[in-house]
Amino acid sequence: MTDPVLATKGLTKSFGAVRACHDVSLDLRPGEIHAVIGPNGAGKSTLIAQICGGLKPDAGRVSFAGRDVTHLPTRARARLGLARTFQISALAMEDTVLQNATLGALGAKGARAGLPGLLGDALAPGDLRDTAMAALERVGLAEHAATVTSALSHGQRRQLEVAVALTLRPRAFIMDEPMAGMGTEGSQRMTAFLDGLRDEAPILLVEHDMDAVFALADRLSVLVYGRIIATGSVDEIRANADVRKAYLGEDA
Amino acid sequence: MNRERMVNAALLTLLLGVPLWAWATDEPFTITLATRVAILALAGVGLNIALGLGGLVSLGHAAFFGIGGYAMGILASHAQSYTPLMESPFLLEGTKSMPVIWLVALLASALAALVIGALSLRTSGVYFIMITLAFGQMLYFFSISWPAYGGEDGLSIYMRNGFPGLNTLDPIQFFAICFACLAAALWFNARLVRSPFGLALNAARQSPERVETVGLGTFRLRFVAFVISGAITGLAGALFADLNRFVSPNMFSWQMSGEIMVFVILGGVGRLYGPVAGAALFITLEHVLGGISPFWHVWLGFLLLLVVLFARGGIVGLLAGRRVAHD
Ligand SMILES: Nc1ncnc2c1ncn2[C@@H]1O[C@H](COP(=O)(O)OP(=O)(O)OP(=O)(O)O)[C@@H](O)[C@H]1O
Ligand SMILES: [Mg+2]
Repeated sequence: MTDPVLATKGLTKSFGAVRACHDVSLDLRPGEIHAVIGPNGAGKSTLIAQICGGLKPDAGRVSFAGRDVTHLPTRARARLGLARTFQISALAMEDTVLQNATLGALGAKGARAGLPGLLGDALAPGDLRDTAMAALERVGLAEHAATVTSALSHGQRRQLEVAVALTLRPRAFIMDEPMAGMGTEGSQRMTAFLDGLRDEAPILLVEHDMDAVFALADRLSVLVYGRIIATGSVDEIRANADVRKAYLGEDA
Repeated sequence: MNRERMVNAALLTLLLGVPLWAWATDEPFTITLATRVAILALAGVGLNIALGLGGLVSLGHAAFFGIGGYAMGILASHAQSYTPLMESPFLLEGTKSMPVIWLVALLASALAALVIGALSLRTSGVYFIMITLAFGQMLYFFSISWPAYGGEDGLSIYMRNGFPGLNTLDPIQFFAICFACLAAALWFNARLVRSPFGLALNAARQSPERVETVGLGTFRLRFVAFVISGAITGLAGALFADLNRFVSPNMFSWQMSGEIMVFVILGGVGRLYGPVAGAALFITLEHVLGGISPFWHVWLGFLLLLVVLFARGGIVGLLAGRRVAHD
């Protein structure tokens, strides 16, 4: 079996009395979509923040691309090829869609250059613009390139989050509810898109949309009260009694 | 041409037209007022890079303004008294040449911004405001207690410094020099906003998490912006001292920092010509209202309140509407 691209070992994080993440170990293998599901407040976003560097775990380790990255800051993990999309859009809202995508392209390039150039035009025709436009085209936002980001719908902001991640040409995608607020049609299009994306880089996918999850996931982990109660294939998870009781049962 | 560009062009025409008209009608005092506007606007352009583009609320920019002022004062005072700054390990003499003084002012204030930025940019919010304020006050008290360069009384320079090919004693020629410096700074600022660096810095102000997530360091971006900002305000300080032929600890005072911030807020935070509009209005009010009542600052305060409450984009925002992202 090939080595996982990303792995966590015993991640634990508390906020006061709330144990948001408890001894979480999971991995992400090349070519797969590994979905993490769980009820609201289960600790999914907290887990992602620890993987990407926004939150420091109380205990446990994160390894990525063959390195222990537990103590690396967010930007260093990004430079190693970790691309994240946020549940609550973290975009430059006053800037245009193209400017946001260009920022991603700049970051990908900055891995070598250090500081972005002080002179020159960020949006002039060239590498940066090509990378940014290509990513926008892929998610279907190209015609909105000149729109100010705050004018986008919630679904479109999700698409832009994904486009920025694409500009990084990462080794792994970490996506926090990329389909929230998209509507059925948008969800289906995003599902089809992510389906193809797994060949470029594996995806750790947090998602509430069960149709999408069951259609996409190679493996599923179920998080409840900060703990992983089961990991397995879609069929295994569907058949799992604990999961039915703790989570899926709510819907059934 | 969009509306903001038209407003900008109008401001520039006004700033150039008023002193030219005053020159034609032989009103040197008005030329001097316009020169003040140009210099203070330059100081504001410096602050606006940190504040408007970087979101760094520095209440200590008087530090750079004062350092620029003292760079001029110290170099010129040694030149006028024919005493070198130091003789060993090598001879260093004063100078009356503006370009040399500017270079020293730029470097010295950039160096100060390097130190102040490295320490203060580790904090944010109200702590950042307080630390920058504290650095300004440190320099203020240092300048008061340093007898070598006039202490509390400051330093007087008998003759304005020279610029090759120009007669700087002629008010309109000195105005032209200051105006050219302002125009250069505005040009640089406009390029900076469009540059990859400007894009990243601007995004770091709106969503630092986003910038880190694409692999760029927000600290480094802000640090570079702060140094550039300090250097430009330092250059303004050198010109201001030359205008008055005088430097004193007042240039370091927190009121000075406040005034520079007022120019930016009045004119429009983050708007390229905001500091020009703000400084012009400030000086006009000071001149008109100051002649009527010694309490004109009360009216200024009232105006500032109105801007903060109802016109966040300042004068430029009021005239030109919302900021348009460049495409
Ligand atoms: N910064 C914080 N400070 C305090 N408590 C927090 C913080 N962030 C998260 N929590 C708590 O930790 C728990 C897990 O939150 P988290 O956002 O990770 O859940 P989630 O699984 O992503 O939920 P959702 O499906 O609603 O996005 C919740 O009880 C939440 O209230
Ligand atoms: Mg969440």
